[in-house]
Amino acid sequence: MTEAKVETRRISIDPITRLEGHGRIEIFLNAEGDVENAYFQVPELRGFEKFCEGRPVETLPVITARICGVCPEAHHMCSTKALDAVFKVDPPSAAKKLRELLYSAFFVADHATHFYALGGPDFVVGPDAPAAERNIVGVIGKVGMEIGGQVLSALAATHEVVAMLGGKYIHPTCGVPGGISKGLTEEERAKVEEIAKAAIEFGKLTIKIVDDVVLANKAYVDMILSDTFAHQTYYMGLVDENNHVNFYDGKLRVVDQQGKEVAKFPGSDYLDYIGEHVEPWSYLKFPFLKKVGWNGLTDGPSSGIYRVAPLARLNAADGMATPLAQAEYERFYSTLGGKPVHATLATHWARVVELVYAAERLLELSQDPEITSTNIRTIPTETPGEGVGVVEAPRGVLIHHYWADENALAKKVNLIVGTGHNNGAIAMSINKAAKGLIKKGTVVTDGLLNTIEMAFRAYDPCLACATHSLPGQMPLIVSIYDSQGNLVQRLRRD
Amino acid sequence: MPSLWPWARQKAAKKTETKAESTKTSGRPNMAKPKMALYWAASCGGCEIAVVRLYEKILDVANTFEIVLWPCIMDFKYKDVEALPEKSILITLFNGAIRNSEQEYMARMLREKSQILVAYGACAHLGGIPGLGNVTNRQGIFERAYRETPSTVNEEGTYPQLSFKVPEGELTLPQFYDTVRALNQVVPVDYYMPGCPPTKKQTEAVVQLLVQVVKEGAELPPAGSVIGASGKTVCDDCPRTREEKSIKAIYRTYQIIPDPDRCLLDQGILCAGPATRGGCEAPCPQVNMPCIGCYGPAPGAVDQGAKLLSAVTSNIDSRDPEEIERILSAIPDSIAAFYMFGLPASLLHRRKLERQPEAVPAEAAR
Repeated sequence: MTEAKVETRRISIDPITRLEGHGRIEIFLNAEGDVENAYFQVPELRGFEKFCEGRPVETLPVITARICGVCPEAHHMCSTKALDAVFKVDPPSAAKKLRELLYSAFFVADHATHFYALGGPDFVVGPDAPAAERNIVGVIGKVGMEIGGQVLSALAATHEVVAMLGGKYIHPTCGVPGGISKGLTEEERAKVEEIAKAAIEFGKLTIKIVDDVVLANKAYVDMILSDTFAHQTYYMGLVDENNHVNFYDGKLRVVDQQGKEVAKFPGSDYLDYIGEHVEPWSYLKFPFLKKVGWNGLTDGPSSGIYRVAPLARLNAADGMATPLAQAEYERFYSTLGGKPVHATLATHWARVVELVYAAERLLELSQDPEITSTNIRTIPTETPGEGVGVVEAPRGVLIHHYWADENALAKKVNLIVGTGHNNGAIAMSINKAAKGLIKKGTVVTDGLLNTIEMAFRAYDPCLACATHSLPGQMPLIVSIYDSQGNLVQRLRRD
Repeated sequence: MPSLWPWARQKAAKKTETKAESTKTSGRPNMAKPKMALYWAASCGGCEIAVVRLYEKILDVANTFEIVLWPCIMDFKYKDVEALPEKSILITLFNGAIRNSEQEYMARMLREKSQILVAYGACAHLGGIPGLGNVTNRQGIFERAYRETPSTVNEEGTYPQLSFKVPEGELTLPQFYDTVRALNQVVPVDYYMPGCPPTKKQTEAVVQLLVQVVKEGAELPPAGSVIGASGKTVCDDCPRTREEKSIKAIYRTYQIIPDPDRCLLDQGILCAGPATRGGCEAPCPQVNMPCIGCYGPAPGAVDQGAKLLSAVTSNIDSRDPEEIERILSAIPDSIAAFYMFGLPASLLHRRKLERQPEAVPAEAAR
């Protein structure tokens, strides 16, 4: 530290949104008014890894679901898969399909919520539109009332599929080691099939909105592709045997900044590849690629920071397993200049590609002759031990790792969640957006908030259980303090 | 455009109409509207989603109340709330347990500003799943999260700090407490709305009641009531058939495939139904999984775990004390079995906490 004290101005952003609670952004300016540094803090922790110890492992799917009330299905499913491994039991094929069916319906609902209520307003209404219109009501105003009704129906219908098997949409309860606790009757199956068909049409409609509103507007496309919103990072995603995106099962594949595969491994080997760095100023750890190493909050090949979630999944895969989604996948890369795409804001479009895949997969599964089978559980017979479960949550790779004693009580638990993986990248994106916008003498305006918010929101951080909501707007307050701590200016986005 | 969802066509059309109208109405300034606040503390966000999933009924709320705080969907008017006079908010729905200093601050502030404070959902009501943290303490949780987890790379032994100097200035974090508390263990609470999360139907009913209270002068239930739930147990909503004295052995959910029609407890699967307040319509037993007690103690029960233990023991098909003990010893973990959602609010509250600073965390947790 030098003795020369730079006069620092400080900007605090309290976005009040969540991973496990609120998120906070602190921006420090130097004497010239440029951004010195920006910090993304997660000020909350609940301690699941500790208090799961001693609990019967079969209760972990319902306990860990409470990590997140927006994506409880992801934790429930990941936990259930970890239990398959703990008990060394292979569920009947129909059970795996039923789990994936539930999971596909959940993905349609979750991605639709994000696109229409959360990420969509940035593009559909426009990043420069008045803040008061940048919400789902504004989206409906722009695309029409009918679509608003379609969105609500899509959510209600896909929620119904989850509840059909899981008992409840928020915090389902059907996951058991070796299978699933409830199957589908023919009547229920027919209902799911009908919902899946409608979901595919809904996906097509959503693609059309991407076309009409986003791609047809050069200013939006330029913004997506601008350097302010790009990071050259590694990408990680779950792929099937054909290297196609898969949400429920497969191997984890990592590609580099050029899109070249640098690792592909079963989830159970994650400890060889992923480390978590601790910073004293955040309760959330910073995962990194062990083989590259932690090199601070920087991108490029020498930094172990990698990204997960829709854009990363598309980058880490060679394609999609269903026809409509594959066509859209190809269009995605041909439009955006080839693979990989580093533009963070393209995540919104990637999410739509995945929504279509989830809907198509839901239909495939609903028409599978085995799906109404009553052979949906294998009772475990092996002594329980250690097991890893991996799925793709909407917000990225989710890892549950359990160690059980011979009485099937949890001895140890390790969890790495979707938004956790992106912690470093989110921090970088915020820093870069802030630096891109705040230059010498620039007056900090609402535009700063919008821009930083967009950088942040593209990740759909599960800090953003919050933002899965009606107006879909992240409330922000920016307070600027001088070096004596006096409030100079306060900006607010209503 | 025709709806893609044929069975929902009429409903959807109706919904959008309501929406259009309501949006218009809510745009009008109306000074007479009573104020409402919604807040979350240590929770998963599921309660927020439960409220958001009221869909068009949210607009009823918006038309009846002036929402002054709802971080989930609205601008964070924290300073505005702080500046409000005492008791100027008619009603606050508070979800989440109290795990850190920031949450305690908000609970106290909202209590002061609100005439009616509702503990919404299992975490605010009883401590909820985060309340399982009371089997350990801060040190135990930090050791695990930041040192012991095998993916953590932390040779320097860094822990998150309440205050930390970075080159550019100082960053702060809220204080993480040793003990999780339910809302009424921090401030007085007027009503309790149970569930993890409360069901859509129950939330709708409570919202409708609130609207009627404001618009038509409907009467509020007696202070201290549990609202949005039934006066019976989960068993009363459960379609499974129950017998008497039928437990011959305790099974864990992964060990047997239960009969789809018979009571799960009768089949030896620990189901919290008899000790748990009803109102959820028993969705879990209907997918062949036991009730885990998220709606809290049955009406009249002081302690949910004690009530369940008594229900289980009295249902055991034996009069031989040794056999009874053998059967009960198959319960692997009494915390998960009896206090999944209610440890902080239970008579146990937490595992004994060693207050000495040099205490070994493992001992403190024992």
